[in-house]
Amino acid sequence: MSASFHEKIHVALSDLTLQKTIRTSTQRFIEKRRDVVAPEVLPDYQELRTHANQLKQHTLENLDYYLERLESKVQERGGKVLWCADGESATRAVVSIAKEKGIKIAVKAKSMLSEEIGLNEALEKNGLEPVETDLGEFILQLAGERPYHIVAPALHKSRHDVGELFAEKLGMERSDDPPVLTAEARRVLRAKFLQAGMGISGANFVVAESGAVVLVENEGNIRLTTSLPRVHIAIAGIEKLIPRATDLAVFLKLLGRSATGQPLTSYTSFLAGARRPGEISGPEEFYLLLLDNGRTRILADDEKRQTLYCIRCGACSNVCPVYRRVGGHTYPGAYSGPIGAILTPQFHGAGHEPALPFASSLCGACAEVCPVKIDIPRMLLTLRQETKKVTARELPTRVEKLGFRIWSWVMRNPRLFEQLGFLSKAVLPAPSDGQWIKSLPGPLSEWTGHRDFPPPAQQSFRELWRARRRAGANSANAAVRGNVADGNRNERRIGSRTDHA
Amino acid sequence: MGLSVSLFVTCLVDQLFPKVGVAMAGVLERLGYRIDFREAQTCCGQPAFNSGFTSEARDVALHFLKVFEDAEYVVVPSGSCATMIRHHFADLFRKDPGAEAASRALAPRVFEFSEFLVEVAKQEDVGARFDGAVTYHDSCHALRELKIKDQPRRLLGHVRGLELREMQPVEECCGFGGTFSVKFGELSGDMLDGKIEAIRGTGAGTVVSIDPSCLMQISGGLRRRGLPIETMHLAEVLAAR
Repeated sequence: MSASFHEKIHVALSDLTLQKTIRTSTQRFIEKRRDVVAPEVLPDYQELRTHANQLKQHTLENLDYYLERLESKVQERGGKVLWCADGESATRAVVSIAKEKGIKIAVKAKSMLSEEIGLNEALEKNGLEPVETDLGEFILQLAGERPYHIVAPALHKSRHDVGELFAEKLGMERSDDPPVLTAEARRVLRAKFLQAGMGISGANFVVAESGAVVLVENEGNIRLTTSLPRVHIAIAGIEKLIPRATDLAVFLKLLGRSATGQPLTSYTSFLAGARRPGEISGPEEFYLLLLDNGRTRILADDEKRQTLYCIRCGACSNVCPVYRRVGGHTYPGAYSGPIGAILTPQFHGAGHEPALPFASSLCGACAEVCPVKIDIPRMLLTLRQETKKVTARELPTRVEKLGFRIWSWVMRNPRLFEQLGFLSKAVLPAPSDGQWIKSLPGPLSEWTGHRDFPPPAQQSFRELWRARRRAGANSANAAVRGNVADGNRNERRIGSRTDHA
Repeated sequence: MGLSVSLFVTCLVDQLFPKVGVAMAGVLERLGYRIDFREAQTCCGQPAFNSGFTSEARDVALHFLKVFEDAEYVVVPSGSCATMIRHHFADLFRKDPGAEAASRALAPRVFEFSEFLVEVAKQEDVGARFDGAVTYHDSCHALRELKIKDQPRRLLGHVRGLELREMQPVEECCGFGGTFSVKFGELSGDMLDGKIEAIRGTGAGTVVSIDPSCLMQISGGLRRRGLPIETMHLAEVLAAR
């Protein structure tokens, strides 16, 4: 287990202002989503989820076919497809296009893939200026931070934080007023839009039958990014494909609702190829960069393939009791929340942050809201097994494994199990009547550091049951009641605070 | 009636909360079931399974199968353990066709307690009386994996003298999560804080659940904070008269 991961959790939990900010923002998302997927509003919501799941399954199982079809469609429309095996080749491809065209400034639409491959850093290293144009991303670029949330990257920033940041970085007069701050961001960004030679966007969906890139947004910055500069590069993971435009009838219904609680986002753009003769807007050149970066490896895994179904709505993070406490920056890798917890170990290896798949109570709230029905808890369980295999030679895993081997041996030997019960009664501190244990050594100190632990019962259930059998069937209930009264004087009820017996 | 019901009381109830098992047996007997308690039973294997140690979990699951294979019904006072048996055993035995078949054959006969009462015994009023306001904690595995939400509430709805007050939010995890509670003690404790806030908001004097592990977490937290709120397993409420 990594000390720094636990340390980050501790730091996040100790920051009460941050806790309140995360809680308030995610709560708003939870409520808005709940309203727009309610049966009265969207009676076929569950069927839509099932349909989306099946569409994704079908597409991924036939991905080779759809990818080839897509490429020919993009080419037909005058675009180029760039196939990139990993993040490095992807950033190299973008940089080389920019250099070839003498481009200095690239405006960017929000893209998690860009975060995944470290595109901004790569552009900067090569003397280019990437400018994030999504308001949240713009804030984070100024702050030098990575996204806190898949959909709401600056979720952890209050308007006061933003006011302070803008005053410092943009030299504006200090304000906490969102319209004033937004106007300032717009002023700065408009100038950049006009100078930029390249626009880089992500892709929410890529339609195989038409070669169209589909983008959803609320700010309008994606439209400018993809139409104003002379070059547009859309970057997408190969899992973003869907077969037909009609499939969007399912996905668009789910995405906006799950992400921001909107039946449809303010803008939905369908972009296919570059500007054609006679058209008045659009880029002169269009590239679709399709990235693998570990995806074909996930695709090859029958069980974990469903990780690639994700449409990046962030609903799993909003409802996750862990995300809502530890926040987005505690997660290693670009992706946070439950989807990050299953994506990151698959991208970077199970040993990358061995504690990550264990940082979950497996409550299943994520799977319940997932619009494409990814069974995240099941993926976490599989990743836990893989993590234990990868770290099998490390001491903490060896100690834990030994513990579970002994435990398993005991659990296969009922008599031993019972004898250990006797032993625990002998060694565990016996608190006075009605009290639970306040302090325990070893790993259980992690329990008693935050709550009391119950003392072992004076008589186990099997002892009570034996006594009842001895007492005979007729007086059975009386015997059991008597034994319960004798054996459990400390606890009339499970966990009753005081003894009312 | 007169059917035989095998109790799987779970390791936790056997060692820490035997009264829950006694209460469950009492309610089932009251409904005319013959109780079968197989002394060779221990645990379902979930702790190892959730910790990533499959082979250790599999051995314990195999032991469970041997003990309960021929049972008519297995009734469990825990949604979490019932989930393990019904949903995860087959995963564990993927490379052992014999055990996989046995677990698939057993699964439809394994029931969480409230589920058994409402869906098999078809009893919602078991003649219980409990005076006071209670709030019901939905345990995550019961709620989301077994889809148990109405059954315990219907049973509580028929308890004389009992007033059910729902907490807000009602479906949030208590933070137990098995070994999660000690691997991430502080985080688990913080989730528990949230749960306790929700419980206190109802003003109820008692929290009821169908999972002893959640109750252990919640009760441990209530005691640490010195709050005069009791925790009871549903079986204990239904056994009261």
